[in-house]
Amino acid sequence: MGSEMKVPTMAELFAAGKQPEVLFWVGCAGSFDDRAKKITKAFVKILNKANVSFAVLGTEESCSGDPAKRAGNEFLFQMQAVTNIEVMNAYEVKKVVTTCPHCFNTLKNEYPGLGGNYEVVHHTQFLKQLLEEGRISMQGGKFKGKKITFHDPCYLGRANNVYEAPRDLIKKLDAELVEMKNCKSRGLCCGAGGAQMFKEPEEGDKDINIERTEQALETEPEIIAAACPFCNTMMTDGVKNKEKESEIKVMDIAELIANAEDL
Amino acid sequence: MEYISNIIFALILVIGIVFFARNVKKLIRNIQLGKEVDVSDNKPQRWKNMVKIALGQTKMVVRPVPGILHILVYVGFIIINLEVLEIIIDGLLGTHRIFADLGVIYDVLIASFEILAFLVIISVILFWIRRNVIRLKRFMSPEMSGWPKNDGNMILYIELVLMCLFLTMNAADFQLQQLGAAHYVEAGTFPISQFLVPILDGMSAQTLIIIERTAWWLHIVGILCFLNYLYYSKHLHILLAFPNTYFGKLGPKGKFRNLDAVTQEVKLMMDPDADPYAAPAEDAGEPGKFGASDVMDLSRVQLLNAYTCTECGRCTSECPANLTGKKLSPRKIMMDTRDRLEEVGKNIDANNGEFVDDGKQLLGDYITNEELWACTSCNACTEACPVSIDPLSIIMDMRQYLVMEQSAAPSDLNNMMGNIENNGAPWPFNQMDRLNWKDES
Repeated sequence: MGSEMKVPTMAELFAAGKQPEVLFWVGCAGSFDDRAKKITKAFVKILNKANVSFAVLGTEESCSGDPAKRAGNEFLFQMQAVTNIEVMNAYEVKKVVTTCPHCFNTLKNEYPGLGGNYEVVHHTQFLKQLLEEGRISMQGGKFKGKKITFHDPCYLGRANNVYEAPRDLIKKLDAELVEMKNCKSRGLCCGAGGAQMFKEPEEGDKDINIERTEQALETEPEIIAAACPFCNTMMTDGVKNKEKESEIKVMDIAELIANAEDL
Repeated sequence: MEYISNIIFALILVIGIVFFARNVKKLIRNIQLGKEVDVSDNKPQRWKNMVKIALGQTKMVVRPVPGILHILVYVGFIIINLEVLEIIIDGLLGTHRIFADLGVIYDVLIASFEILAFLVIISVILFWIRRNVIRLKRFMSPEMSGWPKNDGNMILYIELVLMCLFLTMNAADFQLQQLGAAHYVEAGTFPISQFLVPILDGMSAQTLIIIERTAWWLHIVGILCFLNYLYYSKHLHILLAFPNTYFGKLGPKGKFRNLDAVTQEVKLMMDPDADPYAAPAEDAGEPGKFGASDVMDLSRVQLLNAYTCTECGRCTSECPANLTGKKLSPRKIMMDTRDRLEEVGKNIDANNGEFVDDGKQLLGDYITNEELWACTSCNACTEACPVSIDPLSIIMDMRQYLVMEQSAAPSDLNNMMGNIENNGAPWPFNQMDRLNWKDES
């Protein structure tokens, strides 16, 4: 029910002389990738339900520059960063939330050196905070007792030491959280980081997402939870490759919550 | 003639130390071929890291079996060095067990040295079995054939021989003490070497003295040789782990350095008042090179990383690219960097202190593009390293060279970057459509 979603833009609020509590940085995947758009919408529905005052940049948002930087194109990265920072500073943005750990990492760690100083949080952190503040209530009924394994996105986990927020949310759903053999600081990459998402892998014995999917399948989960649009794609492809897509779903934490809340 | 052994000892000691100092000087010179980086920030955190990671071995025990074995060898190495101090003083002054007057304390010290020596022997044997009998995967990688493999075993053999000499020396000493031989005052307790005594049973004091002296001399000469072997081996980590953990990366692992040179250019491009036709400022100098194609382009910390690497392969065994059969091995990145740095160092030595272009570089001659492009930048390698080495930063610097100096990215990535430049997304979607999802059901 897209029409029910309220998605104000910074430009609209600015014109009305308003300032939102937080900027939702949607990211390229969240804006254009069909699978990731569902995550975006799930998150927006939660924000709407919790009456969070937020806005998006919409057509004023541009790639954070992360894939360019990891590919070695520092020049393009900084051009993107400086452009985005100009836009965000013009709107006097203080706090940013994003559903993409790559955008999260770059905005949080690499933008300050270029003049972009914001409090940047990942949506799992933000959701956990909403929960703690009692702004959303989660009834886990739907997922009660379901076996869920969580795949740590490298740029959320190892890169920024966020391990517990997504896990706490899964536990709040009354689900049974099962850990893979490589998890948390020793989590195995899905294979998409460092701009790999946009190229064919080098020659090897196996694709990385298959290796990771095998680790996930070892836990015999009903759901593989992800917290990154790229990880989501890689794990979804892995599950399809293993012909398990009818039994095992790959879902973002935001989707789990929206689903539990019947949003 | 009375002082001949003291003089010989002093001579050997001086030669050993001078030779080692020369190599340390060379090591420092080679590291200084790298670019200076500001690592003067956050000193308390840096000291804390050094104490925790290097001294406290916190990252070693992530893998308990090798971790605990390593701690035994490490503690043994440090504690037994107290014994070496006594040996050096004895050697120089011609005394015998000069600390014997410490009485009970001395007994406890010698006993603990013996127990540690025994534990070191056990650990070293287990390490050898892991490398040569169990043949753990991470010691069997392609980059570990030839010298690196022999080097690893050689270090284990040296440690084993040194510990055996130490115990033999003590056993003979203990027997001589009991025979009441001159100079051999009763001192120390020998919980381990007492079991070697039966082998020496029935030997004359004369023979025992020869055994004791031989073991004593070989032990100290062996230690000096080992000290000098360090520079040529992967074993420098016993010294360099300390500065390396001090200078290691602080802050979030996901934070990559922003290139200042690029920032300057970007600012200039974004500045509406900048004159694009302006002549460069007088003091502008040569425009710098973006990224790294050779060791001189890397930072001093990265070069220190290369010398510190002891080729344990924990990085490689956690690397998703390597695990799935790609050519990339973070350990090889470090080994290649060191090999190339040594090559450059020798070139400088052979050409009176000037580097003469040898037509080679780190990129291509050592590290291939294929290895560099296989990295997912996931930080598994930096997390796994027990001494804060950062292979990922070298990979990223070399990618920067490939892309910004050579435009040599894989075509898929060129497309991705073209899209970002043209429409602000890695895919060919129009920026004006960024909010379309809002109205799609």
